[in-house]
Amino acid sequence: MVEFSNLNTAWFAVIGLLWAGYFFLEGFDFGVAVVTPFVAADDLDRRICMNAVGPTWDGNEVWLVVAGGATFAAFPLWYAQLFSGFYLALFVVLVALIARGVSFEFREKDDRASWKRFWDWANFLGSLVPAIVWGAAFTDLVHGLPLGPGGTYRGGLLGLLHPVALLGGLASLALFSLHGSVFLALKTSGGVARRASRLVRVLAPSTVVLLVGLLGWLVQAGRPAIAGSLPAVVPVVLALLGVLFVVATGLFTARSRAGLAFAANGLAILLVTGAAFARLFPAVLASSGVAAHGITIESAAAGHLTLVVMSVVAAIFTPLVLAYQGWTYWVFRQRLVRPPAGDGSQPPPDGGPVPTPRLRVVPGPIAARGDPGP
Amino acid sequence: MSALDLARWQFGLTTVFHFFFVPVTIGLAVVVASMQTLAYRRKDETWERLTTFFGRLFLINLAVGVVTGIVLEFQFGMNWSSYSVFVGNIFGAPLAIEGLLAFFLESTFVGLWVFGKGKLSPRLHLATIWITSAGTVLSAFFILAANSWMQHPVGYKVEHGKAVLTDFWAVLGNSTLWASFVHTVTAAFVTAGALVLGIAAWQIRKGRERDAFGRAARFAAVFTLVSVLVTSVAGDLQARLMETQQPMKMAAAEALYTTKNGASFSILTIGDLSGKPVFQIRLPHVLSLVADLSWNGSVQGIDQIQASETAAYGHGSYVPVLWVTYWSFRVMVGMGILLVLLSAWGVLLARRKRLGDSPWFLRAAMAGMALPFLANASGWIFTEMGRQPWLVYGLLRTLHGVSPTVSTADVATTLIGFVGLYTAIGVVDAVLMVRAARRDLVVPEHGETPAVPGLVY
Repeated sequence: MVEFSNLNTAWFAVIGLLWAGYFFLEGFDFGVAVVTPFVAADDLDRRICMNAVGPTWDGNEVWLVVAGGATFAAFPLWYAQLFSGFYLALFVVLVALIARGVSFEFREKDDRASWKRFWDWANFLGSLVPAIVWGAAFTDLVHGLPLGPGGTYRGGLLGLLHPVALLGGLASLALFSLHGSVFLALKTSGGVARRASRLVRVLAPSTVVLLVGLLGWLVQAGRPAIAGSLPAVVPVVLALLGVLFVVATGLFTARSRAGLAFAANGLAILLVTGAAFARLFPAVLASSGVAAHGITIESAAAGHLTLVVMSVVAAIFTPLVLAYQGWTYWVFRQRLVRPPAGDGSQPPPDGGPVPTPRLRVVPGPIAARGDPGP
Repeated sequence: MSALDLARWQFGLTTVFHFFFVPVTIGLAVVVASMQTLAYRRKDETWERLTTFFGRLFLINLAVGVVTGIVLEFQFGMNWSSYSVFVGNIFGAPLAIEGLLAFFLESTFVGLWVFGKGKLSPRLHLATIWITSAGTVLSAFFILAANSWMQHPVGYKVEHGKAVLTDFWAVLGNSTLWASFVHTVTAAFVTAGALVLGIAAWQIRKGRERDAFGRAARFAAVFTLVSVLVTSVAGDLQARLMETQQPMKMAAAEALYTTKNGASFSILTIGDLSGKPVFQIRLPHVLSLVADLSWNGSVQGIDQIQASETAAYGHGSYVPVLWVTYWSFRVMVGMGILLVLLSAWGVLLARRKRLGDSPWFLRAAMAGMALPFLANASGWIFTEMGRQPWLVYGLLRTLHGVSPTVSTADVATTLIGFVGLYTAIGVVDAVLMVRAARRDLVVPEHGETPAVPGLVY
């Protein structure tokens, strides 16, 4: 039988993986929506961008639902204090996710331009806001929170808007936008793919600068020590590796290796999320003031039987979920192509050349990598 | 109003709003999957066109159901953090399992169903909608496992002020769960059945596609009748469980003050519910039949239960708001009876092949679309309000479940925000549903796969 505390730690890791998977997958959904105004030349382009994530965005969002549910079950106190503490921030995210979620379904239900424009905005803002808030919230978690006894959050909304959190929000926005751009470069063709690749030239360096700045700030700020923490170098190395992969994303894109670029950026997201969780460990809510006010894995964990039940269920069904989600990406692996000029209502705006064969190389295997693995 | 009141309003409104869409999704998934099966088996173009038609309605609804579901999950932690800490060990597990087993299935396969037409073989494409449907039903099972534990806690012990799981199979085998699972899922089938019947009736009255919509109406009438009968049987089973597990809720459903043998059931009360009403219509012995399955069975009264609960849990009122429980119970049961009559009428007409010829039936069917929504909402209001003042029956009071750190202003802000957003989305959804319901049936495309897959999503 697994040791009690090992099982708690394992569930901390599982929740880290769920968030990492969520950021990997919905990261490009958010990014696609955020960069759409910059890469789409007309309505058809916007539809192509939206359809690039159309079949899979809903399944991607379930990663968030499962991360939330797993936190509730495995660490009830963490779930309770985190969700009631980040109250208004989560409200803003929920409003954004609602507006965004319905925009996929509602946009095509009416042909008026004003209708489409409205839902384009809903999709854009509904993706932009969580792309910022998630980064800010995780930066707050890593930086430490103003906590009272028992891990009760005492900072209000303003407590979350610490300057370093704003920097974290910008960093995640840049990282997700980059992710969306490389995803579009991989999944679409013609003008959209070309403009998305061009955008990477701006986004990759910006992401590197923001991530390094964030890392420097967090290292410099420090936090009251928590017994049992990992050596401080671990999260830093993970984060720097993440930054390296962002650099690689830029380089691969410059060489038109869209598949490798997407894989590299996906790895960067996994590593940065991993760095955040490594820095948090063994706390789940770290205090920026009195260290004893923080909540640790041990103090938040659910009873043994709950964790055993969850482990069995997860061990059986996670491989199945990964298999069929991966299969979905395989089914929809090919690039979205604009219909020939005579077919659609409008001609392609810039009649760009057919994508080079090289650009077409890797969509299949990459699709299989669409899941972060168990 | 206090933060507690506002949090309760927020939870109630979110749940009722969410549950306008959920039963439609659960029910239409089965209806659409059945239609597609008929189309596939019989190579029948009419069923294929009906599949597309009702599939569109299914998708409009699904979107709203999905996004409001996330709010519900987050709300436990946001507004009810003390509750979350107390129940997380037990309540959290079915919620997490719901996500892993059901939501992934539902959301992934619905994407495959929408975008996979023409890409997947017809057989596989048919499988995707059935798997989606299985996902929606599984989801209902696990969320009801969580809810049933609040109605009738089993398989736990209380340790350090928290409920700790001792027997997971007891939680999944909870009698309350199985009764409410059958009741809720078949009620969802009724909802979709009545919707399809009403829309088909509208189309027939407009004289469009009488053959196709006649088929849809016949299908829906039978589907609704069978489902609503099962709903009633399961509901009766729930009532009997309630009499032993939550006697106060049963007594509150009837506003029955004193324990009675052979208790009657009032259909309608004018005046107050104090036991001395101005005017009442009563059905003798029916309450005893419902609660105990015997003509002269004993049904406990509010006063006796109040006394016994005071003895067990200390001083305080254990009586829910009676006018809410009394009337919500009657609305639910009343709508159920009307649905039995409506669908039975439809089945009788269908057997005589005259379903499309009776203008009175067609009108009734159109009005009948509202019935399941009223029944669903009042059913949830009854079961949740009837449990008050408990949040987890016998273990945790609602007033002790609320987040201690969230201010009244915060809850008010989010309440206003969500209500505003829900109203807007509800209106848009209703308009889109009505528009989709009034569309003509389209001729299915059997050509090349379009260059841009799924442009119509």
